[in-house]
Amino acid sequence: MKILQTKNLTKRFDGVKAVDGFSIDIEKGKITGIIGPNGSGKTTLVNLLSGMVGIDGGIVIVDDALKLSNIKPYDILSYGITRTFQEARLFNQMTVLDNVLAVLTERNVFGALFEKHNDYHLGKAKEALEKVSLWEKRNELAANLSYGQRKLLEIARAISTQAEIYLLDEPFAGLFPEIIKTVSVIIKNLKQEGKTVILIEHNMEIIRELCDYAIVMDSGKLLAEGKPEEVLRKKEVVEAYLGE
Amino acid sequence: MEYLIHLAILFAIYGILGLSLNLVVGYTGLLSVTHAAFYGIGAYATAILLTSLGVNFFVSVLAAIIVSAVIAFLIGLILSKFDDDYYALASFGFNIIIFSVFLNWRELTRGPLGIPGIGKPSFGISNFQFLISNNLEFLILALLFLGLIYFISRFIVKSSFGRILKAIREDEKAIQIFGYHTLYYKLAIFVISAAMASVAGSLFASYITFIDPSSFWLMESIFILAIVILGGLSNLKGSLLGALFLILLPEALRFVGMPNDIAAQMRQVIYGAILILLMLYRPQGLAGEYKL
Repeated sequence: MKILQTKNLTKRFDGVKAVDGFSIDIEKGKITGIIGPNGSGKTTLVNLLSGMVGIDGGIVIVDDALKLSNIKPYDILSYGITRTFQEARLFNQMTVLDNVLAVLTERNVFGALFEKHNDYHLGKAKEALEKVSLWEKRNELAANLSYGQRKLLEIARAISTQAEIYLLDEPFAGLFPEIIKTVSVIIKNLKQEGKTVILIEHNMEIIRELCDYAIVMDSGKLLAEGKPEEVLRKKEVVEAYLGE
Repeated sequence: MEYLIHLAILFAIYGILGLSLNLVVGYTGLLSVTHAAFYGIGAYATAILLTSLGVNFFVSVLAAIIVSAVIAFLIGLILSKFDDDYYALASFGFNIIIFSVFLNWRELTRGPLGIPGIGKPSFGISNFQFLISNNLEFLILALLFLGLIYFISRFIVKSSFGRILKAIREDEKAIQIFGYHTLYYKLAIFVISAAMASVAGSLFASYITFIDPSSFWLMESIFILAIVILGGLSNLKGSLLGALFLILLPEALRFVGMPNDIAAQMRQVIYGAILILLMLYRPQGLAGEYKL
């Protein structure tokens, strides 16, 4: 079943098309890798899907039903979508625990005003933080975490929402092998729970190991798609990466 | 004793202003330089209602809160279009506009002549009226209001709402993707903060019994901002500490033998210098948690 589709999705920056008539289907419950050289439009695509930048053309379809030509960031969770960023965007001068609690509590302004986090919220936060081994550091400021721990906290924050679709923008970049293992396990677990993961990644080993499907972007367009092993052997993909 | 009571009343009024501005600047990260405008709106609402219509002080406080909240809502809507430095500049602009209204809408405010003869608070039913007639009684009232504002501020910052305010301060876009419509949060806290500032204005008008626009000029907004930054961003007790420090500072200068007129000028110079030193060596303020 298709959980997320784009039809002719387009984004221009100063006349340059960062995403150019891009159409893909994302299968529910699968891990889809999006690869492509630097500047190929991968992050812009994730930004479009999460409402961080406005759509100039085309539509996004969620659950084969909801057609969206204008996505606002505060609506994406209601579509079942959450994301992480290439450079972890944490609430730096808040504790690790508050970084997670912040995304678990009441959304409505008046509801939030008269709500304090309770055992339910704490339990959810604990569950997410234990998955990334950060529960012990719950009272530390996020600003004091190491690079790898920052990435892990961002992932914990995302999984605590229990969204259906996870847009992960280079979650492995710059991580030590041990943390790479932790993140791999989390992504595999998400798949086991029936969640959908869209993974932007440069490391082909990781794409081969984790992804069910691979999509290659180049100059904002779809260059190739299919099973990772097949796609990564294609001549045009190798050329796009190596510039041959 | 009267002198100490006077200082304590000023501390209560500026404490309310510091606490309320901290909610916007310290907790939400919106560098608002328009707080004196809402302070002034509160003062004028009470002054006009007491002198022209003879309404009860407490009714005037409620009216001031409503007027301030409505104006803050409209200003907040416009300010929501701006970020960071532009937000500060635009808020600066609103202080100038509202000051000009105080100065030039003479039919309502009497312009530079100001409004004299503002009455003292009274309460009671029919024949049992109690008039707050001396400064000690006024101090008790002012401290009660300060306590109430502190309690409400604490309730806000300890709630889930308060945590979202901090998240907005840290990274507004990042918290948005988790389903939070941050505009509503920013508007709500701006309106609450303005309503609180108007209470300080009502107290000020009734205490001094005379107001004119000069009390609500930009320097007053900067003075309140100095209280918040000096005391500590994102720390309520810090705002009280900041208010206490900056209220006592000119008095301390007077005690070291500096003439009154020079002491008043020196206050400006010294708190300017203190702010510079703080930004250099302790950007989170005396008791703050958050660095600007």
